[in-house]
Amino acid sequence: MLQVKGLSKSFDGFKAVNNASLDVQQGEIVAVIGPNGAGKTTLFNLITGILKPDEGRVIFKGEDITGLAPYKICRKRISRSFQVVNIFPRLTVFENTQVAVLARQKKTWNLFTPSKRLAMEETEEILKNVGLMDKKDRVTAFLSHGDRKVLEIAMALGGDPEFLILDEPTAGMAPEETARCIELIKNLSDRLGLTILFCEHDMEIVFGIAKRIMVMVRGSTIIQGTCDEVRCNQAVQDAYLGGSEVCSM
Amino acid sequence: MEKGFFKSKGMIWGLIGLIILFVLPGVLPRFYIYLTSIILLTGLLATSLNLVLGYGGIFQFHHAVFYGVGAYATALMIIKSGLTPWLGFIVGPLVSSLLSLIMGIICIRLSKLYFGMLQISLGSLVWIIVYRWYSFTGGDDGIHGVPIPDIISSPTSAYYFTLIITLLCFIVMYKIIKSPFGSALQGIRDNPVRSEMIGINVKRHQLLALVIAGFFAGIAGSLFVVVDNTVFPDMLFWTLSLEILIMCLLGGWFSFLGPMLGAAIIIVLRTFISTFTSYWTLVLGILMMFVIFFLPNGVLGYIEEKLKKG
Repeated sequence: MLQVKGLSKSFDGFKAVNNASLDVQQGEIVAVIGPNGAGKTTLFNLITGILKPDEGRVIFKGEDITGLAPYKICRKRISRSFQVVNIFPRLTVFENTQVAVLARQKKTWNLFTPSKRLAMEETEEILKNVGLMDKKDRVTAFLSHGDRKVLEIAMALGGDPEFLILDEPTAGMAPEETARCIELIKNLSDRLGLTILFCEHDMEIVFGIAKRIMVMVRGSTIIQGTCDEVRCNQAVQDAYLGGSEVCSM
Repeated sequence: MEKGFFKSKGMIWGLIGLIILFVLPGVLPRFYIYLTSIILLTGLLATSLNLVLGYGGIFQFHHAVFYGVGAYATALMIIKSGLTPWLGFIVGPLVSSLLSLIMGIICIRLSKLYFGMLQISLGSLVWIIVYRWYSFTGGDDGIHGVPIPDIISSPTSAYYFTLIITLLCFIVMYKIIKSPFGSALQGIRDNPVRSEMIGINVKRHQLLALVIAGFFAGIAGSLFVVVDNTVFPDMLFWTLSLEILIMCLLGGWFSFLGPMLGAAIIIVLRTFISTFTSYWTLVLGILMMFVIFFLPNGVLGYIEEKLKKG
């Protein structure tokens, strides 16, 4: 569904992403792992158009989307959530999600119909799916961190995506929030059939929900394969798992 | 945020306010009627600025240009075209929004402060043209005694005309803020990157907001011609832009009616304190300091906060 071929991006001579490649099939959950500063977020920024790559191509459903503006990429039904919470702090939970739904329905040029009559059902559906319905009228600046991270996902869902990119969805969450969030991600994949690409530091989560894993080190892809392949790979163990992980196969 | 405006309690207060505004000409002397008209149209101007400032997060530093150009366009249309004067009231806002579109296209590439700086420069350019072009705009003399249609030429009828038009504009602006476009605009204010990420074309939405704000500023300019029968270059000088910016901050730039309240406070202060001292801006400065320290959401923002809690 999504193919990334030889993507590179440097900042002031520093190669943040260097010849990264990635292949995601429809319906899969794929994890990107790598040490801090490996270029995972930069890779996501390149895919979603926030940054323009120096080299390489991003192909989505056979269509070259390299370097398109973010709003255009979003309209191809690729949505993402952010690692650092990136929401509309002065709006309520409901409004945050509703704006995303309205944007997807291309209704944001409508000047005179009251918003509160539009996109109600869809917004509520999304909030029910992620479990924020009881907090829908709260101004998001006063939400807990965990809820804001979930709202991140809700806003991404507002774009009715086929392909969802989650940048460290559980970062900073309390254990029970993390459990809820993992449940949510699994649900999105099983029930809504979304293809999900995510990155995460918690290996338990990664091995728990990802079907396949891509490992990045210093901007480059060192391997992409199934969980077991990755776990047993010597280069990965050296670079990332500390070399001490015992291969269980 | 601007809740309370249409809630039952707010509704009652609004009705009382409206009734007072409508019976005012019966009880107040002529000067105060004139003053209230000026407050209304300046409040309209400040609210149009707040559409892009408070709701759009765009640093529109030179909003007075669209007010002045609207007023000039109206006055010149009435004087030079020989057509019905009513046409001037339509042409004024249209010229303003056109100018707003042109300036917007140039400035929108920049963001935040840089947008504001470029806008001040371009606005000052427009001001200098108006100021120097004696043969067309009357230069620094301005234009006096613009003929106004008879039914709105007396102070009282000009007042009612201003009141009704301002009210209509407020209703339309309120609807815009509550529309999907308004939601998107507030999203852009809070977080442009995320807005783009959920599929909003940020620059185009901002541009439309600028054009709308320019349009309403133009209406305020036309109303000034009705009330005062004059236009002069100071109407598009940057100090006026600063003044309406202060009105927004003072009244509360996250409240829909905040800028109107700010306009009322500043105009009343200027009118009455300047009869005692020519340093009335000193009072304004001190007042502004207190507002920034103690009421960061402005006067109306503070009141709304209290009402919500209480």
